[in-house]
Amino acid sequence: MRRVGVLSLQGDVREHVATLENLGATPRRVRRVADLDGLDGLIIPGGESTAIGHLLTTSGLRDPLQSMIDDGMPVFGTCAGLILLATRILDGRDDQWSFAALDVAVRRNGYGRQIASFEVPIDIGDRGTVPGVFIRAPRIEQCGPDVTVWASHDHGDGEHPVLVRQGALWGCSFHPELTSDVLVHGLFLDALQEALR
Amino acid sequence: MNSALTPSTVGSALVKRGLADMLRGGVIMDVVNPEQARIAEDAGAVAVMALERVPSDIRRDGGVARMSDPQMIQEIQAAVTIPVMAKARIGHFAEAQILQALDVDYIDESEVLTPADEENHIDKWDFTVPFVCGATNLGEALRRIAEGACLIRSKGEAGTGNVVEAVRHLRTINAQMRRLASADASELFALAKDLQAPIALVQEVAATGKLPVPLFCAGGLSTPADASLVLQLGAEAVFVGSGIFKSDDPVSMAKAIVEATTHFEDATMVAKVSTGLGAAMRGSETASLEVRLAERGW
Repeated sequence: MRRVGVLSLQGDVREHVATLENLGATPRRVRRVADLDGLDGLIIPGGESTAIGHLLTTSGLRDPLQSMIDDGMPVFGTCAGLILLATRILDGRDDQWSFAALDVAVRRNGYGRQIASFEVPIDIGDRGTVPGVFIRAPRIEQCGPDVTVWASHDHGDGEHPVLVRQGALWGCSFHPELTSDVLVHGLFLDALQEALR
Repeated sequence: MNSALTPSTVGSALVKRGLADMLRGGVIMDVVNPEQARIAEDAGAVAVMALERVPSDIRRDGGVARMSDPQMIQEIQAAVTIPVMAKARIGHFAEAQILQALDVDYIDESEVLTPADEENHIDKWDFTVPFVCGATNLGEALRRIAEGACLIRSKGEAGTGNVVEAVRHLRTINAQMRRLASADASELFALAKDLQAPIALVQEVAATGKLPVPLFCAGGLSTPADASLVLQLGAEAVFVGSGIFKSDDPVSMAKAIVEATTHFEDATMVAKVSTGLGAAMRGSETASLEVRLAERGW
């Protein structure tokens, strides 16, 4: 079994760990540089992207993770995790950084503040439909040529991608980990196996 | 593709509790102006609580403490990208309606403000915006959840810089949950009566061993060690009020408490961030207080 980490600095870590365990994986919580040893893939959870970004820097994880991502480590980011992977952040803090690996432009809180947070079924083609929980969610506004859109949602102002893939990188503006559905995590683990074969 | 929009749902329990889940492992800081809000965000806060006076000043000034000026809340919303919370008085649903109209991300129905209703808390199911409420014990926590609270925090004793009450409340809630988890199904009815809590919620806690919503800690935290202590006691995130901006060096204190919250199990790390912070807020003994805020609400 591959060793998948869940970045455990802040956010809904426990739900990602539980979802991976339901899929038969043995996730490792990643808080310190030593936790990166032998890691095959990583999930960056939901949370506050500015807080996680700050803690990545202060914990010393930022630089080694940047190298691992640049070297092709499979990573899946949900919500804040998507923001941290994106090449462009709109409406972020002026000094907000990211790993700039997944070629998308995301708008922070692009669907509005908490009062506008919503649930909606998300159709992932022939893979089925999953519950989509969007919480102060980032909106994907542009995708580069190497990005494949796996699911989209029209929230009244046109279709926007909500689940995207670029090679071994996956990003998702909603929170599959908050429901018992394991489909999206399964897609990531399959892609991870494929990438490392 | 079908052009009809798929209907979406706002304000569901999952969406409301979900934001609390996203704040776990983080620090929510009391701020009274946009400058402090930016300091909090820079330090890695996951949210800010916008209020006119921190609890220690409310204690010092006395008088009636009310919801903050909407203009101040809006200035803070404009200053940061993280969620902004604000406080309404216990039972004051009109203040809560105003806060919802202002698009605040979480409403704290708070004993730090002067209660507006001595019998009824706000019916929180009526709102799309989620609520956090304080509790001193499990029965109080479950009554608030029955009224629609999506996040529970210990009350502690706000504005004192003294963590003793927060520890008491956390330990009480945890001990009472352990008691339920070990009880026979037929004992739960009497236990629900003792707790003065709805039986359905009592049964849920007995089955899962935890609250149906996240449990955070508030009230009197003022050092990185305090954060580490309450996280080790089972709190999932911390609210820090007067403890940051009433300390000698708020910027360093804010950063240190954020670090200690993430690395709460790593004493070497907590020692490192606790070094050279200057004085924490002065603090006061609970026994010497004229007003005990934790006694407000029921």
